[in-house]
Amino acid sequence: MQEVTEQKKEYVPTIVAFCCNWCSYAGADLAGSSRLTYPANVKIIRVPCSCRVNPMFVLKAFQRGADGVILCGCHPGDCHYVTGNYYTRRRMSLLFSFLNYMGIEKERTRVEWVSAAEGAKFSAVMNDFAKKINELGENKRLQDLRVKEERDE
Amino acid sequence: MNKVEELIVKRARELLSSKEVDKVIGWKKGEFYFDPSPAVFTSEEELKDFVYNGFCGANLSKYLVQELKKGGKIAVFLKPCDTYSFNELVKEHRVDKNAVKVIAIECQGKLDIEKIKEKGVSAVTETEENGEEVIVSSLYGSAKFRKEEVLLEKCLTCKSKKFAVADETIVVNEMKETANDRFSGVEELERMSEEERFAFWKGELSKCIRCNACRNVCPACTCVKCVFDNNASGMATKAPADTFEEQMFHIIRAYHVAGRCTDCGECSRVCPQHIPLHLLNRKFIKDINRLYGDFQAGEADEGKNPLIEYTEKDADPTAAVNGEVRHA
Ligand code: SF4
Ligand code: SF4
Ligand code: SF4
Repeated sequence: MQEVTEQKKEYVPTIVAFCCNWCSYAGADLAGSSRLTYPANVKIIRVPCSCRVNPMFVLKAFQRGADGVILCGCHPGDCHYVTGNYYTRRRMSLLFSFLNYMGIEKERTRVEWVSAAEGAKFSAVMNDFAKKINELGENKRLQDLRVKEERDE
Repeated sequence: MNKVEELIVKRARELLSSKEVDKVIGWKKGEFYFDPSPAVFTSEEELKDFVYNGFCGANLSKYLVQELKKGGKIAVFLKPCDTYSFNELVKEHRVDKNAVKVIAIECQGKLDIEKIKEKGVSAVTETEENGEEVIVSSLYGSAKFRKEEVLLEKCLTCKSKKFAVADETIVVNEMKETANDRFSGVEELERMSEEERFAFWKGELSKCIRCNACRNVCPACTCVKCVFDNNASGMATKAPADTFEEQMFHIIRAYHVAGRCTDCGECSRVCPQHIPLHLLNRKFIKDINRLYGDFQAGEADEGKNPLIEYTEKDADPTAAVNGEVRHA
């Protein structure tokens, strides 16, 4: 008879961070070159501007197994495209509030403004967000089980 | 025939015979008294089937989008709530207002046949409004109900009896505003814990059969190619196999009309599964009012909607989720 051994992997949350090319991605770069650390389970996706992030991207990230999604952009007023992040602010305010209304934990979503000079802030924000997501545990409410199975195989 | 209906048909006849318009959009009698459906009338002859009764809840504004593509001038009959949808369609360049004659008509609230059936009355042959009461006649006799027992959900919380647009009006009796607070259902959910809300929506959304009626009827949903019709998306019309798909459809549907939804209530009216979709749309409306100032989509046929606008003092998302209100 074949023995079945169950492998219990230690839970490591997956965090998706959408970072705008002009400020936050540069901020992440600075964090790296200043030898500041941020958790390895933060997966950065570079976008031209935080307002490039369609609400569907956030949902898709959760579908593909993210436990937390964070958007980082230039500080309001400093957008490379002048006004992009003002739209992000409204869009994500409404989206996050709506997700919470549907019962999704509000700590799983976040927007932070991080400039190119704020390597330290980038590292602090990511460490803090990862800590919160660790405490919350796996995202069970907004997930696609089939996608998770595929991924875990 | 009620007085309003009489006037409407008379006006439609005049407009068609004088060739002032090429078509009239109205309601046509169905198989039964309680199932009139939206219809296009092109000749006086066809008008014999025109009806306007307590079951004409359907919003006719969206039908203009397709009909206008065929050309010609169209007259359309709109109830107060429908006039807001019309304005929104004009604002979004889906409807050319110069090609349309809007005839705004009286509405004293429309009836929900399901509610009447639940009360044990079937085979309805006629209804008559009598102040706060409705007399429902059927093959088996007649019954009297208080209006609030048998009105559609959207009419119980009718946002306004004001016409947002009208080239002409047909009003016989004064229309009374509804005193109901349309956000109380949303507030009730907001008071629950995240777990309770999740359980509530899971229960509701798992009933969805993805018939797409809510999307098809919505005057704010007029994309030529909808993301939900894209076979490659993996979520084109089909019964959801996973809770995520249910959520995805409902989140995206509600989000896509955020700031543009006039709260016409059509989505909840047509849902065969009785899912309270208005509780989703009204959450966005309530949040927009709280964060960016009171806004009623469709009040005007121009101007910017809240999601394509901003101010420098808007709340940050974390504060917004935690209940912050607008900084004036
Ligand atoms: S919502 Fe108001 S205007 Fe619209 S059908 Fe109901 S009562 Fe009439
Ligand atoms: S009308 Fe109801 S059942 Fe049909 S897709 Fe919409 S929510 Fe689902
Ligand atoms: S979402 Fe519903 S209430 Fe809003 S405009 Fe569309 S059909 Fe009307």
